[in-house]
Amino acid sequence: MSEYTVEEQVVYDRPDSLSSIQNHYCPGCTHGTAHRLVAEVIDEMNEKSNTIGVASVGCSVFAYNYFDFDFVQAPHGRAPAMATGVKRVLPNRIVMTYQGDGDLASIGMGEIVAAAARGENITVIFVNNANYGMTGGQMAPTTLPGQRTSSSPTGRDVETNGFPIRTAEMLATLDGAGYVVRRSLHDPKHVRQAKKAIRLAFETQRQGLGFSMVELLSICPTNWGKTPLQALHWLEENMIPYYPLGDYKVHPALSQKI
Amino acid sequence: MAKELLKGNIAIAEAAVRAGVNAYFGYPITPQTELLEWMAVRMPELGRAFVQAESELGAINMVYGAACTGARVLSSSSSPGVSLMLEGISYIAGTEVPVVMVDVMRGGPGLGNIAPAQADYNQIVHGGGHGDYHPIVLAPANIQEAIDLTYSAFDLAEKYRSIVIILADGSLGQMMEPAELPPMKPVIMRQPEWATYGAEGRERRFLSSIYLDPPEEEEANFRFERRWQEIKANEVQFKEYFMEDAKYAVVAFGTSGRIALSAVRNARAKGIPVGLFRPVSLAPFPEKELAAMAEKMESLLVVEMNAGQMLDDVMNITARRTPINFYGRMGGVVPMPEEIEAEIEELTKGNISNETHPRDRWLAHMGKMN
Repeated sequence: MSEYTVEEQVVYDRPDSLSSIQNHYCPGCTHGTAHRLVAEVIDEMNEKSNTIGVASVGCSVFAYNYFDFDFVQAPHGRAPAMATGVKRVLPNRIVMTYQGDGDLASIGMGEIVAAAARGENITVIFVNNANYGMTGGQMAPTTLPGQRTSSSPTGRDVETNGFPIRTAEMLATLDGAGYVVRRSLHDPKHVRQAKKAIRLAFETQRQGLGFSMVELLSICPTNWGKTPLQALHWLEENMIPYYPLGDYKVHPALSQKI
Repeated sequence: MAKELLKGNIAIAEAAVRAGVNAYFGYPITPQTELLEWMAVRMPELGRAFVQAESELGAINMVYGAACTGARVLSSSSSPGVSLMLEGISYIAGTEVPVVMVDVMRGGPGLGNIAPAQADYNQIVHGGGHGDYHPIVLAPANIQEAIDLTYSAFDLAEKYRSIVIILADGSLGQMMEPAELPPMKPVIMRQPEWATYGAEGRERRFLSSIYLDPPEEEEANFRFERRWQEIKANEVQFKEYFMEDAKYAVVAFGTSGRIALSAVRNARAKGIPVGLFRPVSLAPFPEKELAAMAEKMESLLVVEMNAGQMLDDVMNITARRTPINFYGRMGGVVPMPEEIEAEIEELTKGNISNETHPRDRWLAHMGKMN
């Protein structure tokens, strides 16, 4: 054996803001990706010890275990109200909620609309996977027309179940919203774009420009009954046409950062 | 400080301001709205947090979030609004964060009306929200007492990491009477060892009411119960009037207690040996004191502005050993002192027996009246 040396360079590591424990997410789930992006941004902004997160109810209920900064855990749908309470008494802290589509766009629609309308200076990470993941894949407000779920077994019938809600577009109509965009986590290019949006959302809060939200189109392979790869293709082919990616509200003071 | 003419809702609000409350979150509902309106002026001018929430759901969860940071937080509402807040109250209890709440009760059930009532007794004293938890419940009978209880409520909440609820009613909220406000305490941002305010220089923390492992949840429940035993041992408050030589006693809280006191005074003027036992802390209830007092009485009269919600507790505590009559008005109707005086005179006839339920006798009696 000949002797040789290898120069080691760490190119990929766990962000400080992500706890070093195993999570409960299903294989292939994009919650892990979303968590990592948030943690990377908090690290890069050097805000780990200045951030308070608000977890919601749903698959991300245990988010407080996975992020390594202060966290509180809200009742179903109430994270934006709880975040308002935290932010109003600690206005110099970074306050974020992390919510799924059942939590934010169904039971918590009142709280999210009111927080955005008030221009509450908080950042919302909104994970839209078109169903209720935690309870086993029921129809959500975001479930696509015709999409089969355990509570729409023959496909969502818009005649009886109504139409999916495009949350980002709706919240963007409110004057209190400073930054509202939709991104997707289905491939590396879009993951990078999502990270940039998450950074801008927290910059919006840091600069006091009002409510910020990044809607992240995500997959739920387990409840969709697909492999992770099939699920990523399904997202691209079915969700993006209904939920177009884009910047729905960008505060003018942010424009030079884009 | 001198006495001023103060409206109940405003007096409670200003007492909280002077106790150093950091944040107020609420939603308009009659008959407590002046409390919110006072805070809308006072909190911003003092540089403290005030938000008129989108609903009582929003308000109680803002309270929850702010309380998790260690801040002194207040909310107020009235019966239907409090019903809506019970989800949040259960979460706050499960997370063990201190919060002070005010319930200015009105007639119900449902939308009911905006007149004074005491029908939230069960909803507040016996929980209302899901799970085993015990808020500390304090029932003032006049504006000075409302001020004093509110002023000390924050220390009490923080001492036990508990919810303290000031249980008033539309009458106390709306009336004006002379009272003295306490001195202004400095407003500080507390950083208790359990609070989440940003993890600078320490391990990060999280606050939650989740204990997914049942034995852990049971352990938390045992902690709540043991703390409640401690509260029961230390925090009982009640008032007695004309009890030294009494043979009969009226048991009533809040506004009922106040009206009953007038009736007791009138009865005393007629030579009837009657006194008033007024629980101030409805939770913890003055159980031992009531039981000991009842042993010495020939009979009791329980007066409430509901269908006998506290009556059930009084019957349990006295083990039905002392004959009890009940007199209640409901739905926003406030009893007149004369009505209670007539009920006191009934006691002196000595023909009361607990063989039939006091509520049944009251219903039959009210059937004749109406």
